[in-house]
Amino acid sequence: MKPYLKKIYDWVDERVELQDLVNFMAKKYVPVHRHSIWYYFGGVSLFLFVIQVITGILLLMYYKGSEELAFESIQFIMSKVAFGWLIRSIHSWTANLFIFTTLVHMFSVFFERAYRKPREITWLSGMMMFFLLLGFGFTGYLLPWNELAFFATKVGTEITGAVPVIGKPILEFMRGGDNVTGATLSRLFGFHVAVLPGIFTILLGTHLILVQRQGMSEPHEFKNKPHAEQKTMPFFPNFILRDLTLWLIVLNLLAILAVFFPWELGKKADPFASAPAGIKPEWYFLFMFQSLKYIPAKVFVIDGEVLGILLFGAAGLLWMLVPFWDYKSSRGEQSRFVTYIGLFVVMYIILFTILGWLA
Amino acid sequence: METPVQHPDESRRDFLKFILGGSVLAWIVSVLYPIFAYLKPPKQNEVEVSSVKVGLLKDIEKDSGQIVKFGTKPVILIRTANGDLRAFSAACTHLECTVQYRKDYGMIWCACHNGKYDLNGRNVSGPPPRPLDEYRVVVQGEEVSISKKS
Repeated sequence: MKPYLKKIYDWVDERVELQDLVNFMAKKYVPVHRHSIWYYFGGVSLFLFVIQVITGILLLMYYKGSEELAFESIQFIMSKVAFGWLIRSIHSWTANLFIFTTLVHMFSVFFERAYRKPREITWLSGMMMFFLLLGFGFTGYLLPWNELAFFATKVGTEITGAVPVIGKPILEFMRGGDNVTGATLSRLFGFHVAVLPGIFTILLGTHLILVQRQGMSEPHEFKNKPHAEQKTMPFFPNFILRDLTLWLIVLNLLAILAVFFPWELGKKADPFASAPAGIKPEWYFLFMFQSLKYIPAKVFVIDGEVLGILLFGAAGLLWMLVPFWDYKSSRGEQSRFVTYIGLFVVMYIILFTILGWLA
Repeated sequence: METPVQHPDESRRDFLKFILGGSVLAWIVSVLYPIFAYLKPPKQNEVEVSSVKVGLLKDIEKDSGQIVKFGTKPVILIRTANGDLRAFSAACTHLECTVQYRKDYGMIWCACHNGKYDLNGRNVSGPPPRPLDEYRVVVQGEEVSISKKS
């Protein structure tokens, strides 16, 4: 270390005992095995979050969150502001990629049983962040105030309104009234840029501290190997450098997507126009959207939507609580049943997404 | 067995706990109540619309449909192939998307989830759970207007 850097380091170290942290980092190892690749998806998601924060703040400089100005302000960003098209396109593409990488991260953690004791809290915080992410997607989708966004928000909030007892008040709370109007835009804008990021940051902090403190989860077969055969690599700098390389690749991918496939703005929303033919939600809501199509209007006495939303709600809850009902994994045993459930969920999502996409 | 004797001190402590706990609770309520009340959007007085003029009969093509503003609500006005005029609420009874007239089906159609209604507003296929509310169409001379069914 250069003398002047050493001086700064010593000054800080004397006050906050940095050396402990450095010792901790130096002793941290990442297990190396044939499933190690999945460890990188959490890091990539983190990187995409940082991109979203930065591009989001940049968009805030010009975006105007009102019924009359929202659409025009994004038009302005995309046509007049230097690199506005790039920033907006990257924000939209990153949002999609972010959900994709967290999905991969979630399923890899699921299949590796990394949620098992003692990492239940890490899994829970991750799942909550995933739901918040869908909330980010839903609220951000309305902000351009275009035709697709208008009807997507109408349908999305209406579905929430179908939930017994609490649905109606939640619907009114999200819409800021009975209908989707400028009031809805203001509210969802507030959620998108203040409420959700605030909660997300707390969860992310918890998640990262836990990952650092507990280290990477080791799969069963790795744990059962004799100690001499357990390959590892130092977290710092080996793993970090690999992480950074991947981040660089992802950033390039984003630039390519944003430049060659710029995100469209569509037509401005008109509350008195018919829903356009071929309207579809974003791909990550598509499987639920498609499932709702197959549920009849009435099942016995329950409305189709209510049944659908209750089933998805229950499934989501069970999924989130998997560390608490998958006893076998926590005891260190194989649990085939859980693998089959995971495979079923993956296949269901893929099949219904394709069906929805083709429809 | 000895029955525990309540010391005057303890009952005084219970009383203080009750008062203190009660005030904390009251304080929390007095903070939360305004917040929740604030979040509930105020009811705005909407101008009660009972009838709107659409235009002249000759301007409305046969075998066509159009969305008409009825106060804050969209209404679909349809002129059938044989010239009949009909009006329905344009909010799909499924999830409130705005419906449209499809010439090729000769039906009212919702793009969001492929719901179909016949030209009497009855839900005939797809997810809509009930028919569209009907409005009255009045033709006075050449002038077409829509009004609520009483």
